[in-house]
Amino acid sequence: MRERILAIIEKNSRIDLKELAIIMGEPEIEVANELKAMEEEGIICGYHTLIDWEKTNIEKVTALIEVRVTPQRGQGFDKIAERIYKYPEVNSVYLISGGYDLLVTLEGKTLKEVSGFVTDKLSTLETVMSTATHFILKKYKDHGTILKNDEVDERMKVTP
Amino acid sequence: MRDPLAKQVVQLKPSGIRKFFDLVAEMPDAISLGVGEPDFDTPWHIRDEGIYSLEKGRTFYTSNSGLMELRTEICEYCKRRLGISYDPRSEVLVTVGGSEAIDLALRAMINPGEGEEVLIPQPSYVSYEPCAILAGAKPVIIELKAENEFRLTAKELEDAITEKSKILVLPFPNNPTGAIMEQKDLEAILPVIEKHDLFVISDEIYSELTYLNEHVSIASLPGMKERTILINGFSKAYAMTGWRLGYACGPASILSQMTKIHQFAIMCAPTTSQYAAVDALRNGDDDVAKMREAYNQRRRYLMHAFSEMGMPCFEPFGAFYVFPCIKQFGMTSEEFAMELLKEEEVAVVPGTAFGDCGEGFLRISYAYSLENLKLAMERIARFIANHKK
Repeated sequence: MRERILAIIEKNSRIDLKELAIIMGEPEIEVANELKAMEEEGIICGYHTLIDWEKTNIEKVTALIEVRVTPQRGQGFDKIAERIYKYPEVNSVYLISGGYDLLVTLEGKTLKEVSGFVTDKLSTLETVMSTATHFILKKYKDHGTILKNDEVDERMKVTP
Repeated sequence: MRDPLAKQVVQLKPSGIRKFFDLVAEMPDAISLGVGEPDFDTPWHIRDEGIYSLEKGRTFYTSNSGLMELRTEICEYCKRRLGISYDPRSEVLVTVGGSEAIDLALRAMINPGEGEEVLIPQPSYVSYEPCAILAGAKPVIIELKAENEFRLTAKELEDAITEKSKILVLPFPNNPTGAIMEQKDLEAILPVIEKHDLFVISDEIYSELTYLNEHVSIASLPGMKERTILINGFSKAYAMTGWRLGYACGPASILSQMTKIHQFAIMCAPTTSQYAAVDALRNGDDDVAKMREAYNQRRRYLMHAFSEMGMPCFEPFGAFYVFPCIKQFGMTSEEFAMELLKEEEVAVVPGTAFGDCGEGFLRISYAYSLENLKLAMERIARFIANHKK
């Protein structure tokens, strides 16, 4: 049942409990219990909204930063990752296999703000060896959703 | 000048759906629940294979029966999903949609003008009856009943049989009712089929869309492979309606005659579609499962919505249609559908479009997003509140 709940709410976290239970064909109380348990266990970590900021008047800059670090004895990458993810302007931090170690995504109001964070805070951390900053110019698809809203039902309206 | 037309064709009743199509076409804001095809796009990897085949210049004819690669995959699929073994060299024919296969099967098996009868359970898809007539057979309609959840019973079948009966069309999972035939239902009609030496054209185009148990094909029952033409295709399972690709499997003696007609009338099914379909059968199982789950969610939602608004509806376990009963409103199916369209701008198809015994019912398709269905259900609830007696 958990997988089925997650598959639905991953796409639509606003679905109300009653409707969720109906479309799953399960008793409401059981669905509610599973949801609560998954929240408590940290499987469900939040209910976010996917926003296309480009369509608003709010200026936002998103950057992907590749970070190479020196892992520390006994702590590997965890310590340095924690140092980085504690900054509120940091959106996500992933440990990556391949050419670099950490992928950090960052949101700021302006280019200057983001580059300021990288030069002043990130690069100056002791174990950070190097950074490469990539600014996102346009988002086409995010979280599995295509951000262009031009889907029309082109099927004929009545067919046998 | 002489009359250029064939009487038989002129006398065919036009499809009952046509009228609604024309009306709805003039109402751009109407919400339609009237389509008989998936709302999903064909999964990308399948489309990609089609595109790749075009890039590679595979724009030639294939063999009449279809690409060997595809026929082999079809046989693999029948083995895997239905437990039936077919020989890709002689027992499979790739057709232009399941519809062509229906037409071919009837034409290959009927002797025109000899009064041979084709048993057609209704309500059912619109082509069986005209195809039987055009093949020169006499269609005999078996009226399925709501109290049997629109399944075919042994008694109904037995009662319709004469010494001229030759073919039974078995349209399950069913369009428009959403009814299925479970293994026990098939086993019940088996003795009747054998007793009267009938052949079966089993249209299983919705076989991947069942919501109770796994679909069982009548061809998998003992002794039935030899007397069954199994028809399936890619339209519903893989959301590939526009690719126009179906297939028939059955005894080599019948298939070779069907292939002969196909060879002269069609030559071969579209090549691009055939290459795409190979990928559908090889790598499409997950996509089918996802779509099935989405349909099932909508189906449950509709059953709940109808029960809340007090509209009786048996629970259908197949295809993507529900078939609610509107007898309590004192209107015919057509009147109800017409009024609903005028008052609330919701388009549904009257049950009578699928046979006279569809009177008193509506076909509602759930090949629409939940958001769309919710909006439509609000309008239907308001409509029936205003019309309740």
